[in-house]
Amino acid sequence: MKRSVIINMLVITTLILVLFLLNVALGSVSIPTRAAWNILWGVPDQDPIWTNIILKSRVPQTLVAIVAGAGLAISGLHMQTVFRNPLAGPSVLGICSGASLGVAFVVLLSGSIGGVALSRLGFAGDIALTVGAIAGALAVMALIVYVSQRVKGNVTLLIIGVMIGYVANAIIGVLKYFSVEEDIRAYVVWGLGSFSRVSGNQMSLFVTMMCILLPLSFLLTKTLNLLLLGDAYARNLGLNIKRARLLVISYSGILVAVVTAYCGPINFLGLAVPHLCRAVFRTSDHRILTPACVLMGALFALACSLIARMPGIEGALPVNSVTALVGAPVVISVLFRRRKEDTAE
Amino acid sequence: MKEPTIQIESLSTGYRGKNNVTVVAHDINATIRGGELTCLLGPNGAGKSTLLRTLSAFLPPVSGNITIMGRNLNDYSDKELAKTIGVVLTEKTDLRNMSVEDLIGLGRSPYTGFWGTLHEDDRRVVAEAIEMVGIGPLKDRMIQTLSDGERQKVMIAKALAQQTPVIFLDEPTAFLDFPSKVEIMQLLHTLSRTTGKTIFLSTHDLELALQIADTIWLMDKEKGVMIGTPESLASDGSLNSFFSQRGIEFNIHKVDGSLCIIPKLAH
Repeated sequence: MKRSVIINMLVITTLILVLFLLNVALGSVSIPTRAAWNILWGVPDQDPIWTNIILKSRVPQTLVAIVAGAGLAISGLHMQTVFRNPLAGPSVLGICSGASLGVAFVVLLSGSIGGVALSRLGFAGDIALTVGAIAGALAVMALIVYVSQRVKGNVTLLIIGVMIGYVANAIIGVLKYFSVEEDIRAYVVWGLGSFSRVSGNQMSLFVTMMCILLPLSFLLTKTLNLLLLGDAYARNLGLNIKRARLLVISYSGILVAVVTAYCGPINFLGLAVPHLCRAVFRTSDHRILTPACVLMGALFALACSLIARMPGIEGALPVNSVTALVGAPVVISVLFRRRKEDTAE
Repeated sequence: MKEPTIQIESLSTGYRGKNNVTVVAHDINATIRGGELTCLLGPNGAGKSTLLRTLSAFLPPVSGNITIMGRNLNDYSDKELAKTIGVVLTEKTDLRNMSVEDLIGLGRSPYTGFWGTLHEDDRRVVAEAIEMVGIGPLKDRMIQTLSDGERQKVMIAKALAQQTPVIFLDEPTAFLDFPSKVEIMQLLHTLSRTTGKTIFLSTHDLELALQIADTIWLMDKEKGVMIGTPESLASDGSLNSFFSQRGIEFNIHKVDGSLCIIPKLAH
């Protein structure tokens, strides 16, 4: 690996550590940095309220942001490569919409049919949401995989994916129309995205799942590199295109399903981070891009999570707004700079 | 006499739909020899690409047999095919941010392991391929900065790195300016001689093909495939009848040992 690549990776890793600490130290309740540091390292006899805030809220939230960011970035990278389309991302194939549909069913129907507003159910409601999101996302993903084995062109498949997304959104619209206001609000809040919704056991489960899923992405490195050449060349080099598509779409679909189930639909990150990585590392090689996306995705999510909880902001801003508000200018400026350098060459 | 590496027996190419079969070309019988450059000529829609796709096993034949290196094409696994046939296509890849050397390195994929890491041997083969095609100065450039001609050379180097006895090229000169066309055709001719590979390409560059190719295939919807050396096709009138169908007549001259084709224009 080239030196510049290693240096870039190290810089990003350092920034992740810094942002991790800032995420733990900063928040709407001000805790002295020194105390936060001590609590983090398990120094005994700390203020119990502060300890609680840091260990039960801020650290989990930070961990969730890291794995969710990494997961979305990887899934975006895979989608962009398999569809050879720079606008592809976790949300385009309707997988996100599928998760939303699952959640909509759970939230909106439980009120109308079960007679219980889910927002009042608390913990059981949370689990129902997660299950609904995963079921919805996987259902749409299965549909897309089925289509991908029968349709030849990438563009056709992409369009079908987008169409499925529209259908899902339309059904959500209908469900909303028949729902009580309270439930709609719960659904809308879920849709804003958040790294702090998950806590306790669910958090551990989520982080564990992601820690198992993320390394698997390295197994697809050679496949993805071959797909860059286009279907015909890839096939000529011995790649089974149908199987490759099946593997890549299922893998990134599952990633998106899990992240969306726990954090809500987070749109921008998965689309933007791969572009950022390509611009920074100046490569299309997945042997470099895969770890780069994991790191950059984590960094990006940490930065957004920090901004969303800046001191002075009551509660937390919706992650979805922050990712795009902060991220879009960053990505645009990086791409602009690279474009200038390219033309100057 | 050079050895035939590809044998085609009563081959029909085409596409299978759900209930019907669209046949593009009927009953082709031919052999393609190693160490030679064979050019496939024909009007648009004659079925050149379909034939190439069938020969590369991208498309199953409607009927008939293709034998490559003494084995039926159907009996090859994906992996074995990747080590037997290398292809170069017309369309540009939309690849960005990959160096020429890395792209040629991907040609080693059939030989590399799970991670696609290049070993000492692979690097040597890549270096040799770069050397043979004469693109040494380009090897660290990014693909998107290359001209069309340079890009095609890179794809040819990729096919060489694949170390296949057979290379198929689908209109490799289609988007190139004239000097680049000549350069690519000459390169392919030289490669066929120095490496002994079987090189088979489709093209619209008639004059160039007649001057450089060892064997010419004329492909036509009605007449099927006519095969011969450029001289024999010119002297037995096949070339002339091939073109006169479209209402244009040609004079074929031999100037300084190479064939010249001059359309008879109405004044």
